[in-house]
Amino acid sequence: MDSDSLIEARSLTRRYGPNLAVGDFNLTLKKGEVLGLLGPNGAGKSTSMKMLTGNLAPSSGDVLIRGISLREEPQAAKRHLGYLPEQPPVYPELTVDEYLGFCAGLHGIAKKQRAEAVADAKRDCGLAHMSSRLIGNLSKGYQQRVGLAQAIIHRPDVVVLDEPTVGLDPIQIREIRSLIAELGKNHSVILSSHILPEITAVCGRVMIINAGRLVYDASIDAHLGKKGLVAAFANPPPAAELQFAGVLKVDTGPAGRFLLELADGADPRADLVTTSVQRNWGLLELRLETRSLEEIFVELTSGDATLREAA
Amino acid sequence: MSPLSNPIITIARHEARRIFVSPLAWAVLAITQVIFGWVYIGMLMQYLRNYETADQYTGVSDYIGGGLYGTATIVLLLVMPLMTMRLFAEERKSNTLTLLFSAPVSLTDIVLGKFFGLLSFVGALILLLAAMPAALLPAVHLDLGRLAAGLLGLFLITMSFGAAGMFISSLTKEPTIAAIGAFGLLLLVWLLRMPAQFDSSFKSVFEYLSLISHYQDLISGLFHASDVVYYLLFTALFLWLTVLRLDMERN
Repeated sequence: MDSDSLIEARSLTRRYGPNLAVGDFNLTLKKGEVLGLLGPNGAGKSTSMKMLTGNLAPSSGDVLIRGISLREEPQAAKRHLGYLPEQPPVYPELTVDEYLGFCAGLHGIAKKQRAEAVADAKRDCGLAHMSSRLIGNLSKGYQQRVGLAQAIIHRPDVVVLDEPTVGLDPIQIREIRSLIAELGKNHSVILSSHILPEITAVCGRVMIINAGRLVYDASIDAHLGKKGLVAAFANPPPAAELQFAGVLKVDTGPAGRFLLELADGADPRADLVTTSVQRNWGLLELRLETRSLEEIFVELTSGDATLREAA
Repeated sequence: MSPLSNPIITIARHEARRIFVSPLAWAVLAITQVIFGWVYIGMLMQYLRNYETADQYTGVSDYIGGGLYGTATIVLLLVMPLMTMRLFAEERKSNTLTLLFSAPVSLTDIVLGKFFGLLSFVGALILLLAAMPAALLPAVHLDLGRLAAGLLGLFLITMSFGAAGMFISSLTKEPTIAAIGAFGLLLLVWLLRMPAQFDSSFKSVFEYLSLISHYQDLISGLFHASDVVYYLLFTALFLWLTVLRLDMERN
């Protein structure tokens, strides 16, 4: 195991009777990574997260948090874990301070440091002015923040967030997203969602689950999937002249447009611009087209499997 | 780990706080107090009417203490399911159980913490019950040891009601079902002795198992080891079953 991997899942499998909820789920997350877990409804996102946080025992496989097995030493492993389930686990009859104080104690923060931990978590989640309000009287967005504060109060290495922006208004979604991005600097974050722009906005890496199986795992920075280069010219050249290094195939489109299929890592844009100027092609448009997450998602999760899951 | 950051204590304090911020606890305390007060006055009047004969057999401590605590046992049998119904059922319903399950605490910590939190409420009830005979102190000579023993007995009995109720609460996510279930279970165990009245080879077994067979002496301050052990075992059994039930939930 890598010394810097904070959480590692080894072939997690969960069956409910004959039904496979999650099969052979592997995951390694390093410090500072924000991982997005995507999948259609019922694909096994929440089940995976419950297993990662020790809320559900896997049928087979194990989770290591900082190298500590969740199966063998659950208490030691959970010390490094913060979890925000789909519905924030808050008690409506308590105030924010009372609740967070309890969470701090529950996570073994010594009494002397509790007040400080509570204050830090409130500051990070923008709750400082809500200290003595009853949680039950807070709006859904603020309850979500309280849930988030609970997940980070003990400064865990790994934070697991199950659909953290569900049911929030657009402003609150933005706030929670920036909060998650902030968290990602010091913690490893696993985030589930079925909202694609959300994943692209905050995650550095994405995994797609479909019908309980991991079907995609890639970083978002590296261009997703295969790249293409779209170019349009006022005086379109013959297609053969566009065969720069790294171009696999040239498709000719209408109105002087071309689509250049590129090899991995290739980027002939500079060459193309220079050549275009030299030969007076009159470059009108040039853009690197990556396959969007949505296209990948639809491709990987549509079909019979999805229909069966949804039924 | 310092004793102050012990997870059992943390959970117990949290549970006690949640019990005492809920209007249910105060309503239960108030209503039971009215009933106990009524019974207490009735006992007092009855004693005053025939204290000469009563004193020959028992004495004021026994007459009032024993009578009051006897009634209290029945009332608590009815009321404890209401106090235990929320313990796990409500947490499950509102998804807060996840908080406890993902925290670095064991299932035993959770169960014991909640149980001790509940005992704080039982303690408050018992203290209020202690106050009534204590009000006679300036006027009458009371057998304090006897009364204290009776209260301790009542505490043991209520504790076992609480443990059974908590187990039922861990089975469901509907607090009302937990309440009626706990009430049914307690009443059933209470009345186990009924079929035992017919001649049968299990007569003594049913008689030992029945809650009713053990409380009368205990609340009047007579400690038999077998009675005390019965309530302790009864409590331990249901705490253990609760831990097992929660473990099943994860698997």
